[in-house]
Amino acid sequence: MYEFMNTDQKQYHHKESNKPHAHHTGGGDTVSQDKGTGLLGDANAKTKEIKILRKVLDVNDEIARQNRKIFAEKGVFVINVMSSPGSGKTTILEKTLAHISPSARCAVIVGDICTSNDADRLSGFGAPVVQVNTDAFGGDCHLAAHVIKTAVDNFDLDQIDLLIIENLGNLVCPAEFDMGEHLKIVVLSVTEGEDKPLKYPLMFRVCHAALLNKIDLLPHLDYDRKAAVQNIRKVNPKIKVFEISSKTEEGFDSWIKWLTQRYQG
Amino acid sequence: MHEMGIAMQIVEIAVASIPSDLKNAQVKRVNLKVGKLAAVVPESLQFCFQIAIQDTPLRDADLNIEEIPLRIRCKDCNDEWTAHEPVFVCRKCQSGSIEMVSGRELDITSIEVAEKED
Repeated sequence: MYEFMNTDQKQYHHKESNKPHAHHTGGGDTVSQDKGTGLLGDANAKTKEIKILRKVLDVNDEIARQNRKIFAEKGVFVINVMSSPGSGKTTILEKTLAHISPSARCAVIVGDICTSNDADRLSGFGAPVVQVNTDAFGGDCHLAAHVIKTAVDNFDLDQIDLLIIENLGNLVCPAEFDMGEHLKIVVLSVTEGEDKPLKYPLMFRVCHAALLNKIDLLPHLDYDRKAAVQNIRKVNPKIKVFEISSKTEEGFDSWIKWLTQRYQG
Repeated sequence: MHEMGIAMQIVEIAVASIPSDLKNAQVKRVNLKVGKLAAVVPESLQFCFQIAIQDTPLRDADLNIEEIPLRIRCKDCNDEWTAHEPVFVCRKCQSGSIEMVSGRELDITSIEVAEKED
């Protein structure tokens, strides 16, 4: 949808350049009222401002809405697990599947730029696994709604209770892309620094739960576990925090219990 | 990190928004709002935009990015302020019931199109 706004170009104060430049609207930084500010260099040209007001990611958001509808119709609960590379996502999911798959019918979508290593590791728990390699999509740094829409065609959704999406290792971009999931989970490991939530606030802001992983390593590290949890809560006071070790499974009981309550509820 | 994908999406939306009755339309400017908390680096987006517009009706276009501050509001005491740190705890009553008023934008507001008259 758009409407016309004639900006009535007559005077040209400066040449067009490839750099963004300030509007001469007399202060403020709004962009919509540009009457006679002389932005364009072609004397034969008439300029119109066409209002658009569209979210850049609305194509993604629309497909995410479609995904959400399909998941609701089929009764599939979907979680999206995100983290930086090497935080232990895949090990957590291996252990989580081992706990959950006897009682729930699970399926997994694994995103990586390259290799099927994670999918290989997550197979063998009785849950179908689909590997998405984003290099086919230009080496993307995140999974997006259309990728999930295509990937779920590999499953019989009527036979699935819980769909787990393991996103690409990246604390930035995946936070921006809705895929139609019910829960967003972020994994942070104690080898990564206590201030990560403050450095990547959007990720911690959009997530429903944070798993602070590798706590079995704490005796070997100068890690301020309290500060890490405080930083997570500064960005998101309502987030659920689980301190766990995917190696020893310390803390797993409460994580599994919470997840089970969520997808059964 | 995904600025190229964003830039390509912007070009697609802008091209689709050029009215079909405009002859030889050239997009001179794309006006974009980017919130402080959007996972987008404006400089990187500018760089990608210059590549994404090649061989499109936007080839002479500038990308004008208006950065939107992170404004948050406490749902308990109604205090509203501009946050310069990503701390979502009320500065007055310490409540964690905080809503974002602005700062998540990634919106195209308009395009400016030149049409040759001759």
